[in-house]
Amino acid sequence: MRLLSKPLGALSRQRRRRFAPMVLLLVALGLTGGAYAAFAPSPQAAAATGASAQTLKDGRDLYLRNCSSCHGLNVEGSSDGPTLVGVGAASVDFQVGTGRMPAAQLGAQIQQKRQQFTQEEIQALAAYIASLGPGPAIPSKDQLDYADADAAQGGQIYRTNCAMCHNFAGSGGALTRGKYAPSLQGVSPKHIYEAMLTGPQSMPVFPDTTMTSQDKRDIIAFLKTTQTEPSPGGLALGKVGPVTEGLAGWLLGLGGLIACAVWLGAKAR
Amino acid sequence: MARLEKSAGDIANEIDERFGSAKFVRRSARKVFPDHWSFMLGEIALYSFIILLLTGTFLTLWFKPSQVEVPYEGSYIPLHGLTMSEAYASTLRISFDVRGGLIMRQIHHWAALIFVAAMIVHSARVFFTGAFRKPRETNWLIGVALITLSIIEGLLGYSLPDDLLSGTGFRIAEGVLLAIPVVGTYLSFFFFGGQFPGEDFIARIYTFHVLLLPGIFLALITVHVMLVWYQKHTQYPLPGRTEKNSVGYPFFPVYTAKAGGFFFITFGVTTLLAAFVTINPVWLFGPYTPTQVTAGSQPDFYMGFLEGAFRLMPNWEIHALGYTLSMNIIVPCFIVPGLLFTSMGLYPMIERWVTGDNREHHVLDRPRNVPTRTGLGVMALTTWLILLAAGANDVIAITFHLSINAITWFFRIAIFVVPPLSYVVTKRICLGLQRRDRDLVLHGRETGRIMRLPNGEMIEVHEPISETQRYILTAHESPGPLELEPATDPNGIPRRRVLASKLRARISRFYFEDRIVPPTPTDARELESSGHH
Ligand code: HEC
Ligand code: HEC
Ligand code: HEM
Repeated sequence: MRLLSKPLGALSRQRRRRFAPMVLLLVALGLTGGAYAAFAPSPQAAAATGASAQTLKDGRDLYLRNCSSCHGLNVEGSSDGPTLVGVGAASVDFQVGTGRMPAAQLGAQIQQKRQQFTQEEIQALAAYIASLGPGPAIPSKDQLDYADADAAQGGQIYRTNCAMCHNFAGSGGALTRGKYAPSLQGVSPKHIYEAMLTGPQSMPVFPDTTMTSQDKRDIIAFLKTTQTEPSPGGLALGKVGPVTEGLAGWLLGLGGLIACAVWLGAKAR
Repeated sequence: MARLEKSAGDIANEIDERFGSAKFVRRSARKVFPDHWSFMLGEIALYSFIILLLTGTFLTLWFKPSQVEVPYEGSYIPLHGLTMSEAYASTLRISFDVRGGLIMRQIHHWAALIFVAAMIVHSARVFFTGAFRKPRETNWLIGVALITLSIIEGLLGYSLPDDLLSGTGFRIAEGVLLAIPVVGTYLSFFFFGGQFPGEDFIARIYTFHVLLLPGIFLALITVHVMLVWYQKHTQYPLPGRTEKNSVGYPFFPVYTAKAGGFFFITFGVTTLLAAFVTINPVWLFGPYTPTQVTAGSQPDFYMGFLEGAFRLMPNWEIHALGYTLSMNIIVPCFIVPGLLFTSMGLYPMIERWVTGDNREHHVLDRPRNVPTRTGLGVMALTTWLILLAAGANDVIAITFHLSINAITWFFRIAIFVVPPLSYVVTKRICLGLQRRDRDLVLHGRETGRIMRLPNGEMIEVHEPISETQRYILTAHESPGPLELEPATDPNGIPRRRVLASKLRARISRFYFEDRIVPPTPTDARELESSGHH
């Protein structure tokens, strides 16, 4: 489905090539792991169906007004944005639903903003884009129901595929040249799922063929469990590892003790 | 009551008859210790070490130093059913299923950070006040050894739980071993008992962490403290304090009470920190597998400068004769710490050679009065801090929305520019402070009161400073550069080692060229009696 991208997305093609070895590695892991044996059927078929002509027309109107300046009047793409033919409803729902699109300014990485459309409008936009070419659909309720998912297993899959960018607890991490993998705290299960399906910007794609729908639910369960559990050890210091611990050790620990020493010294006089 | 007293006295007598301890105790109790808050930094380190011993021993009761894979069946649900090493499983057990286990782990780890941090600040105090000078060079060397070993001890400690972060640390350690020319591969296989990670290394580093290194620490710390005892503590300049005496409170009861109290304060602060702030949440990292890695993989702060050197070093490899020399690893992991610790260790000898000062010193320097040394110390600290910050470049990047590449380049340039700059600035500040001291002694303190003279001129009234303050400001000596010895001795025979003496004169000039000659107390008094302000 990615083959449809026009040369206009030179930037995005480049980063895709950079992550190609990683994706290959993930594929290899997926094949050998055993845990990835069950391949779920691809949800693409559902994409274009079920949308009324009115919805498609609304979607097209919204598109022309808000998106065509960058993505082209015929969705063919321009120097300011890639073609959207074949990106699928999931991609639109993610990009617009998290407020990334319509993009405000093009920096190192397009930033999240407040969502600018109602859920109906997003639905219409997604349906319109999905009608132009097959792509991943918005995940269904069943696909997102992680009540019975295995958080421990999800943690293992997460650490193998996501932690190198998003950090062990989903607190986010830096990538090259000002890009970054954002914090996953408070992201809705639907958007987590869609992010994996569509691989926004520097993030690799994890299609259902290499990471099953069950794996994705496990990951969501892992993120939701660990992010909502109370921190057993007290203040979590941002869950970014030893850097903040070092700061606390110096400022609160040694700093506090030196303050006590100065106080004792003053008392003695 | 009287019976009890009598029997206690009897026991003491029995002991004294055998060990002659009464004399020792009497002498020791009257031993005098000068008092200043900065003298308690070493104590913080000592007490943290004791806390480490106590809590570490608690941890050993449950910790299993084994890499045998077991399914996790403890009470932390998000890891349930995963296979993991017994080391990791037992650390989780300590955290979640042993009563008081988590706080013990957290006290142990916070105490480790405070231990190293306290040693660093303590050594900085010793450096800037010149307490390392004769006769205390041995204790300086012991201190350098303690800091070096504590870094290794900490690395081994946080590798024990065998979580993702600690495994990643040891993966890097493996790479460092491999980079050692010629023997690297053998060393790595020897250390890990085969291919990394193997099944042996947790058990091995456990022995080092809980037995060998603590033993060495105990021995070094004992000698360190005994030397302080025997050589007596240094003191800050004050009237009545000389190179020949030691002014302060008796060890017993004043000092013992204070020190004992301070131990409990140290324990209390560490425990408070451990009760309210998480450290090393191993349950979030997951078990170690070589195929996984997490963003923000960082060592504890005491390894941070090495991490920083690592991150700053360009990717430079030399290929020759079919071998690869990994300068990208050798420079940051061997050459940088080698230079840092060697120059630190040798500094007292270097300074003694440069100054030619072979006298004993028991009165401390005020840092401003030794501008070159102070400048060099600040330069070393700045270097260390820049490396430390560079080790956190990814956290800085994401916190302040900067490009990690730009940060790395910034630090690459800063590491060469900022330390020399900090040297110059520090030295200028020191000289400025000296000049102010000189003014204070000669002209007294500005009162802010303006007086109008009969001829209409306005002057500010200056008030003479106290005797004590004048003593503090004038007690130091300010040596000038060494004179270059003539090339021949008085008999016209050419001297040997001309080059060495030239070098020495050169460095001496670097040390002492810029100086403010302090007024002598008599200078000041004469000025005053002549009515000058
Ligand atoms: C200011 C220009 C701009 C505007 C306006 C804009 N986009 Fe984009 N859009 C981009 C750019 C640039 C990218 C490519 C980001 C990347 O992958 O590096 C993008 C990417 C996307 C993607 C992801 C494509 C993929 O490969 O998965 C979707 C979906 C999308 N835009 C939808 C929209 C929609 C819907 C709107 C209107 C509501 C919109 N965009 C408005 C610039 C824009
Ligand atoms: C190569 C690094 C990389 C990997 C691996 C990666 N991501 Fe991402 N991820 C990113 C980046 C970069 C973004 C931001 C994209 C954007 O803003 O358009 C992102 C965005 C996301 C978002 C959206 C967050 C938000 O605030 O809206 C989610 C959810 C997400 N990733 C989940 C995952 C999961 C789950 C995995 C593992 C299966 C994963 N990512 C693997 C780099 C990565
Ligand atoms: C002297 C300086 C010492 C330092 C700097 C130090 C440091 C550390 C650190 C950083 C950890 C990791 C803790 C964690 O992840 O929670 C650790 C673990 C451990 N230490 Fe120490 N330690 C020291 C002394 C000791 C001593 C003396 C003992 C025992 C006699 C000990 C026993 C242990 C044990 C058993 C663990 C692993 C168990 C666990 O993490 O829960 N340590 N140490």
